[in-house]
Amino acid sequence: MARAAATASDPAAARRWAGSPHRGGMLLLAAVIALLPLGLSNNYFYDIAIAVALNAIVCVGLNLLIGYAGQISLGHAAFFALGGYGSAILAATFGWPTWLSLPSACAAVGLLAFVVGRPTLRLKGHYLAMATLGLGVIVSIVLSTEDRITGGPDGMSVAPLALFGWTLHGERTWYWVASAGLLLAVWLALNLIESPAGRALRALHGSEIAAETLGIDSARHKLRVFVISAVFAAVAGALTAHYAGFITPAKASFMHSVELVIMVVFGGMASIFGAVVGAVILTTLPQLLTVFKDYEMMVFGAVLMATMVFFPHGVVPTLGRWLARRPK
Amino acid sequence: MTLLAVERLSKAFGGVHAIEDVSFAIRPGAVHSIIGPNGAGKTTLLNMITGIYVPDSGHIRLAGRDLAGLPTHRFAAAGIGRTFQNLQIFFNMTALENVMTGRHLHERCSLLSAMLRTRALARAEDACREVAHRLLRLVGLADYREARADTMPYGALKRLEIARALAAEPKLLLLDEPAAGLNQTEAREIDALIKRLAADGTTVILVEHNMRLVMEVSDHVLVLDHGRKLAEGTPAEIAGDPQVIEAYLGMPTAAPANAGATKAGHA
Repeated sequence: MARAAATASDPAAARRWAGSPHRGGMLLLAAVIALLPLGLSNNYFYDIAIAVALNAIVCVGLNLLIGYAGQISLGHAAFFALGGYGSAILAATFGWPTWLSLPSACAAVGLLAFVVGRPTLRLKGHYLAMATLGLGVIVSIVLSTEDRITGGPDGMSVAPLALFGWTLHGERTWYWVASAGLLLAVWLALNLIESPAGRALRALHGSEIAAETLGIDSARHKLRVFVISAVFAAVAGALTAHYAGFITPAKASFMHSVELVIMVVFGGMASIFGAVVGAVILTTLPQLLTVFKDYEMMVFGAVLMATMVFFPHGVVPTLGRWLARRPK
Repeated sequence: MTLLAVERLSKAFGGVHAIEDVSFAIRPGAVHSIIGPNGAGKTTLLNMITGIYVPDSGHIRLAGRDLAGLPTHRFAAAGIGRTFQNLQIFFNMTALENVMTGRHLHERCSLLSAMLRTRALARAEDACREVAHRLLRLVGLADYREARADTMPYGALKRLEIARALAAEPKLLLLDEPAAGLNQTEAREIDALIKRLAADGTTVILVEHNMRLVMEVSDHVLVLDHGRKLAEGTPAEIAGDPQVIEAYLGMPTAAPANAGATKAGHA
């Protein structure tokens, strides 16, 4: 890859590779992914791990929008569901091969995000939250009512993902696919943040006026990251649909959008690994809390409140600050 | 030869005429100061010259091109940089990153090359970091380069804003009260810095209350009062202008002598 070549020939690049604090995080994430199967004793655990990885992809993208561009989307579940439905419908109704239907559906979702984001992100304030909220509701209704194509409220079955005649099935295969997708998403997001475009985003969050006086076109940069985050959600949604072999309109629900935002805020805004941790905890917590039976939602709410009280910046940034403050 | 021509500029907020029919011209390579009592409209004028406020009427021409009405980032792209009276630092970044952000207009910002971190981009980042280091040294902040901006003292942040604005290599640099809140020593450092910038060929517009600083570094002074241009000239001319003295100190005959004395006592 380009970086390996750069590292070999260019001492400055080598220093950057060794010195970047993110490299450790990437390696840690890869190690966890590689070692986790040792602890996954049956397919049920694999199933949860896959859900975690796919949710984490959405959160990494959404975190770019919330944590770095300072904008909130309340419609990311719609992008997630449209990725899944889009790929499923292109494959089922139009007979496209899945290796083509998946990227096409995700590109179409990116286009939709562009169309929605372009007029709203020119406005100052949280108009994107309103626009995406509306979009989410519309998408959810359309998926439920257009039952000839979408199967209505009962959902539709989705063809398995096939690449070059090789069909992906089984939890163990999908675990590696979802994990590779997550690692790729984290790598892309980290690169973006450390680039001029990423600095421009952080600058907008820090002081929009100052950023503009440095020539940063705030509307353009917010729009670009909104489109990227929508595409991340669509990819995760399409992978989820192809993995499960099934998709329902519940995936597009407002509650799902809110869940995704909570994962990002819980894990830590403006922290890529925070988004991953948020997805891990909030996807697995309901499974762990089933022991509380009727009180499950109460305990869940209490955990969220306690986290926001004791980790006001999210889990990962707050822990990071504690570690940094501790004398060496 | 004119770098910036401001023609009949006006801006009202409701019934308040913050700037009324102000015209002036800025020659390249000189330090121009804008002074005036509080509320004279200095910051409003600066905000219009950087596109933050849209003027009600009038023109702002940079090297002949009318910029009035364009969005702020287009003013920056045209070559106007600025600092802020109340700091507008990116507190979520390090000092170095603040200055690197200033290089935005000189960076390629393709998303694809950013996300794939291509070799060309990595090399451009190294060059950008070099320039930022040099600018931090120039403003005397070499020791702070890895420091997070939110841990830096006020005086250092004032200079950080200057370094960030310089990173864009503006044709025209607007400094809004760079010495405000600084002690004598720090103010003298700003003083030396402005002289150095002017010597290097940067055109500077300085808005400042510190008269010692204004008189020492300016080639040309513009006085605003109640949103109108009151006087214009060399520092010596302005210091001796009876209208200016009146605007700052009040007309000696209009106020009773004892009220004037009380005022002086408070000051």
